[in-house]
Amino acid sequence: MDKIKKIAAVVAIASSLAASPGFAAGGAELQKADIDPGQIPSLQRGARNFMNYCSGCHSAQYVRFNTIGNYLELSEEQLVDNLMFNAEKSFETIRAAMPADDAERWYGVAPPDLSLMARSKGADYIYTFLKSFYVQEDSPTGVDNIVMPATSMPHVLWGLQGYQKAVFSEHTEEDAQGNVSTTTHFEGFEEVSAGTLDAEDYDEFVRDTVNFLAYIAEPIRAERRKIGTWVIMYLLVFLIIAYMLKKQIWKDVH
Amino acid sequence: MAKIEAEVGKPQGGFMKWIDDRFPFTETMKYHITEYYASKNFNFWYVFGVLAMVVLVIQLFTGIFLTMNYKPAADEAFASVEYIMRDVQWGWLIRYMHSTGASFFFIVVYLHMFRAMLYGSYKKPRELIWIIGMLIFFVLMAEAFAGYLLPWGQMSYWGAQVIISLFGAIPGIGESIVELIRGDYSISDITLNRFFALHVIALPLALIGLVFVHIVALHEVGSNNPDGIEIKEHKGPDGVPLDGVAFHPYHTSKDMVAIIIFLMIFSFVLFFAPEMGGYFLEYANFEPANLKATPEHIAPVWYFTPFYAILRAVPDKLWGFILFGLSVVLPVFLPWLDRARVKSIRYRGWIYKSALSIFVVTFVALGWLGVQPAEGPYVLAARILSVIYFAFFLLMPYYTTIDKTKPVPDRVV
Repeated sequence: MDKIKKIAAVVAIASSLAASPGFAAGGAELQKADIDPGQIPSLQRGARNFMNYCSGCHSAQYVRFNTIGNYLELSEEQLVDNLMFNAEKSFETIRAAMPADDAERWYGVAPPDLSLMARSKGADYIYTFLKSFYVQEDSPTGVDNIVMPATSMPHVLWGLQGYQKAVFSEHTEEDAQGNVSTTTHFEGFEEVSAGTLDAEDYDEFVRDTVNFLAYIAEPIRAERRKIGTWVIMYLLVFLIIAYMLKKQIWKDVH
Repeated sequence: MAKIEAEVGKPQGGFMKWIDDRFPFTETMKYHITEYYASKNFNFWYVFGVLAMVVLVIQLFTGIFLTMNYKPAADEAFASVEYIMRDVQWGWLIRYMHSTGASFFFIVVYLHMFRAMLYGSYKKPRELIWIIGMLIFFVLMAEAFAGYLLPWGQMSYWGAQVIISLFGAIPGIGESIVELIRGDYSISDITLNRFFALHVIALPLALIGLVFVHIVALHEVGSNNPDGIEIKEHKGPDGVPLDGVAFHPYHTSKDMVAIIIFLMIFSFVLFFAPEMGGYFLEYANFEPANLKATPEHIAPVWYFTPFYAILRAVPDKLWGFILFGLSVVLPVFLPWLDRARVKSIRYRGWIYKSALSIFVVTFVALGWLGVQPAEGPYVLAARILSVIYFAFFLLMPYYTTIDKTKPVPDRVV
């Protein structure tokens, strides 16, 4: 029996080693988005940000306005007045204002749907991405991004953040054969021109937006956790009864 | 018939007798449940058979409801899954039960198989139970693979692309086989449709049939136990094995406790971590299949990765495929590879105990390597571990012969 426990322990340790996947980013370390999905005001601001700055180009085609309205505690009227720029009925989904065909012609790729972006890339990725645009003269949009190099997305939030430039350091190495190789390393950003928000407010703006994106990626998240607690509590009671029954039935077996 | 006619007009024995005269109901219940005797000393490792049954039922039940809303078409599949997740009442629960169930099926089945290796459950007279069980495992792998394509996400598409193209390594007919599986020159709507057919009809039918046969064979010879002793060799005057207790109510009441604990763990994952850190639901699969963009890193779902690591460890494509196939099939021969005179690990010597421990570590480590990129030290490690994996099976006839075993008691302890 001891042997078996040892084997089980080895299996447990080995499998915990395996449980550390991460999202890959192009060069930059991802910053923690530190979102709080329970903060309704943050989600409301995020919804406003999304509709004002994102939904011109990006759709969220699986997300219905009334789903958002229910969760964000908004009335039908508030939805219509503040969020539904492009929709007639509250059960409609969020469509982009820009036609996808034109978008593809203009940008090379159509802007991706954002319904599930926070689930496929992670909240930290989007948070860091939206903070990592920097001036790049050669690029058609005038900017590039540390997290996703050669992105075709322009710096939509430049008015808020302003422009920044990226500082790189170069390391030249010579190996034993005398081949010289140069690697560039991203050091940080320097402000070029200020936006209407200071750095802290901009972080907050991005955090609210990412919070909203994380919410629409899985609107049921909060409810499933609530239900899950009840399910496990129910099973716990059931477990006690089942265990007592088992004890009773087995008491004459030696 | 004569019996039935003789009783016409004088109902005796009630409804059950009426049934039993026409269908062996009571007899079957007795044979399989109330008078099926299994050893009283079953431990933790003996719950995974019944748990596999529980997961099978979960998968069948949730699968029916998913089918009601899922659309097996390349341009609708992904959206229909999101429709289930967002707009269908309780659709998210059904879908998460199914996706969590898929991974738990393999967890439970792997532990069930490990139990057989611990206590020699595949040894005579249970060879056929083991072989049927391995067939169940093969069908389960096919079932999981077909099901994984259905959400039509990036990983569904590219994972299937990688695995199906493996068959192309077979000389001569390889490409034809690949086309036959896909039904097209690339993975397309046609592939999705046939995988749907396999996933919801053909393979579940095979699975249920094999599970039935697995249990019939088990009840014919009787269950093994942690001591590896045949309890039927010591029967009381009433013909009941002295160390056995009836499946119902004894083992059923015990299994019920195990099932509830299992459901608690299952619910914890389902409600609090349905993605399980990207292992049960891979992050890349939340992007719809895109034929023009390969995901940064393609790996099969975790339950295939030990075998996938072996495949990648081999530099040659054809040999990689052969060894991959062999690594899956080899356990079938365990009843004949294992020459030890005792069944249970309790009475085996240090050689088998070490070999099995090393094997478990190897299998888990290969699984971990299967999700890592195939480069540098990972490849070397995978090669060494692949050799150990095969050595465990191929050297077994030798090391189980020389291993010093302990005397086995007559009765269970």
